Amino acid sequence: MTSSNRTGHWAGPAIETAGLVKTFGDTRAVDGVDLRIEAGTVYGLLGPNGAGKTTTVRMLATLLRPDDGQAHVFGHDVVREADAVRSRVSLTGQYASVDEDLTGTENLVLLARLTGHGKKASYDRAAQLLDAFGLSEAAGRQVKNYSGGMRRRIDIAASILNTPDLLFLDEPTTGLDPRSRNQVWEIVRAVVAQGTTVLLTTQYLDEADQLASRIAVIDKGKVIAEGTKGELKASVGAGAVHVRLRDADRRPDAERLLRQALGTDIQLEPDPVALTARVGDGSGGGSRAAEKASLALAELARAGITVDNFSLGQPSLDEVFLALTGKPEQTRTPPGTQHGTQPETQQKKEATA
Amino acid sequence: MSTATQSSGTTGTTDSADLAPVRAESLAAVLVSGARPPRPNALRTSLTFGWRAILKIKHVPEQLFDVTAFPIMLVLMYTYLFGGALAGSPREYIQYLLPGILVMSVVMITMYTGLSVNIDIEKGVFDRFRSLPIWRPSTLVGYLLGDALRYTIASVVMLSVGLIMGFRPDGGVQGVVAGVVLLIVFSFAFSWVWTMFGLLLRTEKSVMGVSMMILFPLTFLSDIFVRPETMPGWLQAFVNNNPVTHVSSAVRGLMDGSWPSAEIAWSLGWAGLLVAVFGPVTMRLYNRK
Repeated sequence: MTSSNRTGHWAGPAIETAGLVKTFGDTRAVDGVDLRIEAGTVYGLLGPNGAGKTTTVRMLATLLRPDDGQAHVFGHDVVREADAVRSRVSLTGQYASVDEDLTGTENLVLLARLTGHGKKASYDRAAQLLDAFGLSEAAGRQVKNYSGGMRRRIDIAASILNTPDLLFLDEPTTGLDPRSRNQVWEIVRAVVAQGTTVLLTTQYLDEADQLASRIAVIDKGKVIAEGTKGELKASVGAGAVHVRLRDADRRPDAERLLRQALGTDIQLEPDPVALTARVGDGSGGGSRAAEKASLALAELARAGITVDNFSLGQPSLDEVFLALTGKPEQTRTPPGTQHGTQPETQQKKEATA
Repeated sequence: MSTATQSSGTTGTTDSADLAPVRAESLAAVLVSGARPPRPNALRTSLTFGWRAILKIKHVPEQLFDVTAFPIMLVLMYTYLFGGALAGSPREYIQYLLPGILVMSVVMITMYTGLSVNIDIEKGVFDRFRSLPIWRPSTLVGYLLGDALRYTIASVVMLSVGLIMGFRPDGGVQGVVAGVVLLIVFSFAFSWVWTMFGLLLRTEKSVMGVSMMILFPLTFLSDIFVRPETMPGWLQAFVNNNPVTHVSSAVRGLMDGSWPSAEIAWSLGWAGLLVAVFGPVTMRLYNRK
């Protein structure tokens, strides 16, 4: 349990689950999740609100007992060997999991003491962490007076205090402004660089894209796709061509011409002058896609349809999500239908109170 | 979504620009230097959580209102209200009343344990505590240790007021200290009832409501204000078996300089029973939450 080496003596995957299930009342919040996460990697669990991400993480962090299935963290069963799991992992929740009434120093000293450090060692470690996270000036202030970015920092500092082998980051940037968000990403990268395995849940596609090496897309408690970023993108097609027309009236003509030229379905964007088409079948490679796209654009010019702007790119994770679920990500979860993981619903209650 | 993050998000916009940058090298040093010390024992972790409770008192000293002003109010009110009628004079009455009213006040403020557990559990910090590899009850024992300090403060305050008003215990310092210690032991045990309700009930208000439902009959239907002999037989049956009666008789006896061994045994027996029943129930709820 007091392994000095970062991944311990366990050579297998950091996390392995099989048929993990958790139900709340009638809802199956997690409905048979199989995951395998290699040690030393950042793994992204991507999905909309209420998809079961937090519930999955809470089961892996021994906070919730699975109703069915198996989960092992560094080879330890999360139910039967919960204590062994707890000594290897750390959790950062969606909201600051530090004591708001205590100061930054006090929070870290508290956790250092609970991890077994002596009094002086605890204060040293707290000071060291506060310094590394740029919080030295705020060390003596109560956390409730911290800004959002500072809270996330102290929260992550608290999480890595015991040098976990596996760090759960549950939506680490939800609610942060873009600048603080970038700062959190920097911290995550620095932590990962030290060999810590990270399981990141996020509803932001760009966040998964930025940080994770492998991604599982989770929806309604089920993993609907899994792979490297490249694999997920390739499963949708080699690329997509985005076209903006000058005149919205010509869009039906443009759609027909592009469909003929490219032989694929054309997607009409909410913007009345925009169209998107997938090009290439994934095996043809980028150059082939570019060739097809330029031919298609030539068709448009020949028909006298003015193109204002076009771009050819790799599909974004947005498009991956769309392709997997058949619906655009943003419109998929109307408010109030969250089949909630507990913390989310709890927080909602607080919000209305 | 989460209020914590949303509110922090808005404040973050203004503050994050002023934040010092994260120092990747120092971060690396922190992570590398972190050899894990041996796991702390149950006593260590409980005391650490007790320290947390004391820090909270330090940061929000207003919360001591309930262990200072409230007990003073009770002593003054009941001594002068009932003193003349029940014992001839307030000064006479306070000799009988003070140990009992001390028990009543401290037993009543035990309910704040339930409130603080209930308020805390909604916050993310509980998840962190629960994901630590430590002796599980220590989080809750920590609350109770912090509360034991509050009970001590309340006792000291009330005894001081009592002494000013003319309370002259025959047991001397020794007897008074023994009485207070017995009371704190009982209250520590009794608090497990509230940790259970704190975990069981959904809102702060319901914890408050249930506490009052239990505490009012338990403290009033005892021998704190009047001797049970003056009551109808059916009520005597309840009063004489009420744990609060045992505790207040024991405390009164100790402060009076005698050694009421039967009452002391009853008090400690109740304390043991309360921990034995509500301790495991609380821990079960805590693990399931």
